[in-house]
Formats: sequence, structure tokens, C-alpha cells
Amino acid sequence: MARTEAPALRQCIGPAERFLFDRHTRARLLDLTDGTSLAGRLAELAGKSLLVATSSQLTTALALIELDGIARRLTILPPDIDPGHFAAIIAGADIDSVVLDRNSPTNTAFERLGRVICTADVAPARQLPAPSRITEWVMLTSGTTGVPKMVVHSVAGLTAAFSQRKIDDDVVWATFYDIRRYGGLQIFLRAVLGGTSLVLSSSGEPVVEHLERLGRHGVSHLLGTPTHWRRALMSPAIGKISPRYVRLSGEIADQAILDSLRKAFPAAVVSHAYASTEAGVAFEVRDGLAGFPAEFVERVRDGVEMKVLEGSLRIRSPRAATRYIGTGAALSDGDGFVDTGDVVELRDERYMFAGRRGGIINIGGLKVHPEEVEAVINRHPQVRMSLVRGKKNPITGAIVIADVVLNETGQKSETSDGGRDLNRVKGEILQHCRDVLPRYKVPAAISIVPALDVAATGKLVRHYG
Amino acid sequence: MSVKLTITRQMEEIAQEHGKILAPLRDDLVLLDSGLDSLGFAVLVARLEDKLGVDPFTASEEAVFPVTFGDFVKVYENGAH
Repeated sequence: MARTEAPALRQCIGPAERFLFDRHTRARLLDLTDGTSLAGRLAELAGKSLLVATSSQLTTALALIELDGIARRLTILPPDIDPGHFAAIIAGADIDSVVLDRNSPTNTAFERLGRVICTADVAPARQLPAPSRITEWVMLTSGTTGVPKMVVHSVAGLTAAFSQRKIDDDVVWATFYDIRRYGGLQIFLRAVLGGTSLVLSSSGEPVVEHLERLGRHGVSHLLGTPTHWRRALMSPAIGKISPRYVRLSGEIADQAILDSLRKAFPAAVVSHAYASTEAGVAFEVRDGLAGFPAEFVERVRDGVEMKVLEGSLRIRSPRAATRYIGTGAALSDGDGFVDTGDVVELRDERYMFAGRRGGIINIGGLKVHPEEVEAVINRHPQVRMSLVRGKKNPITGAIVIADVVLNETGQKSETSDGGRDLNRVKGEILQHCRDVLPRYKVPAAISIVPALDVAATGKLVRHYG
Repeated sequence: MSVKLTITRQMEEIAQEHGKILAPLRDDLVLLDSGLDSLGFAVLVARLEDKLGVDPFTASEEAVFPVTFGDFVKVYENGAH
């Protein structure tokens, strides 16, 4: 297939001198115009479906620039993904080869695949294949139980929110996000297409060092979740940065965090944006107020249409993903609207976000299905049933808590030994959760309750919002 | 138990649960250097609401972002009144 739309990422590089920085090193983008970080093996990867399983964001960025327009499909593994899902992802995305870097963990699921090693050092290449196809980009969602959903995007759709290519000479982008998730990938692509440098986050880097690094590189545009920003505001190094543009997304931006950021950066534009892996970037709010004006829903803006149906926000947009792979599920309804699952309420001509439908809990941008945690709790031999819900939290937006009903054996411990047995049961449940769940899914508190409301349908009554 | 001691106990407990090493809790310790991350502090605020009956961060009209351990304790001491 011949390329018909936007140039491939490699063709967007230059002529200005730009860099990708991480905590330890930097990559000069101009080196990629006639160089390779993939040991010159690009030609053999043409038309292949590749799993990008690089351990660092810098090598991920380099691999993505090189492989766009070459590979048939690029499936990007987010950090912290359960390796138990690798086999299903490889099968679902029809993966031929895996792109690794020096520090990528080995995994038996990779054994039957071709392997390519990406390095942060770009080496001169004699001959590079010309980009010849529209590559499918596959992102993994964070909000599913079991295997993450695989969402197909194109670079054209991913970059539609900033399609006019203009070189920003004095702009340096940075994000607290990881570029292997939708929010971060947006910024990576924006930097490459806009011809600006980008400062990447590095996992495990202390906040003070990160902020100092952002300051040293003169970051002008900085993005993160409300949780990222609250953490930054708690750092004595917050004064090291002076961004002109501050943006929040990925979680509900409440008025308190918007006000705090305006106070911390009086000269900056403070905005919050709404985007999801499936629906793409829908809108940006720049008036400094939480929620969004009702008129956003009534009009088509930049090709994006929104409606509120059964309480949740629906989006039809050229920036939306095209489809899921590895599942028969439809991404949008018959009219092309994606149901975001985000519940909104109209108050005084403004829509305010009221949480997720289905009780999904958003912990600092990571989504938790209550049912998944309940299933783990219910495995304890003294538990009859449990209800997991979100509790509002000023640091991460929400936190997981659980109400647990004990069975007959469990209820004996309730009455015996002055409740000491009860604490033991709670401790065991929590320990079990810690053993099998990522930390953000483990309940912060467990209450033993006598009963839970069960509806006539036999389902637990969940109170949302 | 004093507010400060309650906070100290809870931080020790959470650090242990989360497999983190807690720095010695001096008043001038920068919270982000304490060993707890955002999730750790989120859990801390939730547990302290249970123990002390107050979440001064949510209760306050204006957002507060304490930088040191001493600041953090003060927010709770003021909030508990």
C-alpha cells in the first residue's frame, strides 16, 4: 500500500536541532535522518507486525520514529503490564517480532518471535528503506479486567488534534505521563511533528530531580494528571520549573487543583483536556474552571461531536480509534459514537464529571474494576461476599475501599477473642490482595459489615457517582 | 495518642505494606523523600480520616500542599481543632 496521507515520523525530523532527553541520556533526532537505533535491521521489519516491548521511553521513542511507515503494525506495551497477558497480546495482534532494549525483561512468550534490539545510541546507516505504508498503531487500555483491550489508531488520527505542522522554536515539551500510554504518546507525536525537543519522565526518578531536570531543559509546555500535579506541588523543587502552558488530563480536574496551579504559575495558561484511548482527544478547557461548557455538546468543534446519553459522554471524532483487535467488541455504536463511560451532570450550563459508569475507579489515571478486586477478596475462605468501591481522595482523586461480609466460619472470629481474630482475617485478605494485585488495586481499608444490599436481580447494589 | 504519633505509626505501617523504606520522620523531612509515593499518601490520608476523623485536605476550601513532614502534621493538628 502506498502512503497517501501525512509524512512518516522520520520524515518530520529536522532541520532544527532537537533532542529527546531522559534521566540518563539524550538522543539527537537529526541523527535519525540517516541513522538507526535498530542496528540497521529496518528493511527486514518492513510489513511486519511488531510488539514494542522496550523498557525505556527513550528507546521506545526512537523505535517508533524508525518503524512508522515501515512496519505494518506497531503494538506498544505499556509499563507495568502483567506479563501473564503477553501471550494473548501476541496472538491477538498477530505479532511477528518483538522490539526490545538492553534492559527489557526476558519472557518465554517472546521465544518464538523474531527479536530486534533497540539502543539509545543512533548509529549511521548505509541505506534506510523509505516509508511505504500507513502503519497501524495499537495502544493497550488500562481499564479492563483480564487482557487489556487493543485499540487501533493511525498517526493521522493520533495527531489530528494538532494537524497543522508548525515549527515552535521556543517550545520544549515534557510530560509526567509515560509515552507508552495514550496521554503520553500524544505529546511524543506532538513534539516530533512540531519539531520540538521533548523531556521524558523516567520511572523511579525522585520528583525533585525530575523537576530540576525539567527546569534545566527549559520546559515550556508540561502535562500530567491531577495526581502528577499534586505530587509536583508537594515538592520543594516546584519553583525550578516555569512552564507557560500547563495541562491536566486523564482524571477529573477539580477546581482546587486548577486554582493551585494558577497560583503556582500565574503567567501560564492552565488548561484541562478530555481524552481517552478509544475516543481520542475530545476537547480542551482553558477558562480555568472545572467541567466544560454545555455548548461544547451542542456544536461540532474541530470535527468532534459530543452527546450525553443515559448520563454518559459519547464522542464521535476523526481522532477516535478505528477499532479493537483481538475481540469482537465494537468500539462505537452504529452512528460512530464511542461511549466513554464517563458520567457527566449538567449544572448551571456546565457539564461536570461525576465519575465512571460501571463503578470503575480512577486511581491517579489508572482504572480499577471493582469486580476484579472483589473476586480476589472473595477467595478468602471466611468471606461470603464483598463490595469494592472508590472513595474520594485529595491525592489520587480516588482510592479503593472494600466492604466485606464474612461467612459462618468468619463470623465466629468476629465474636471470639475481642475482635483480634477479625483483624487477622482483614490482614489475611489484604495480604492476599497484595500478593496478586498491583498496588493501586489493593484496598486502602476493609470494613467488615453485617450485610450488603442485593437487588431483586440478585446483583449487588452499587452506588455510583 | 498525639496526632503526630498517629501519623508516624500510620506512615510506618503503610511503608511496610507497600514494601517501601521510610526515612526518619524529622519535621524538616521533605514528604516526597519520605519513601511514600502518591498512592502511599492517598492511603495515608484515607486511614488518618478513619483514625482522626478528619480529612483536612478535602475539608479545606483552598487546596493545601504540605512540603515537609512538619507541615503535614500541622495541617492535621489545625484540622483536628
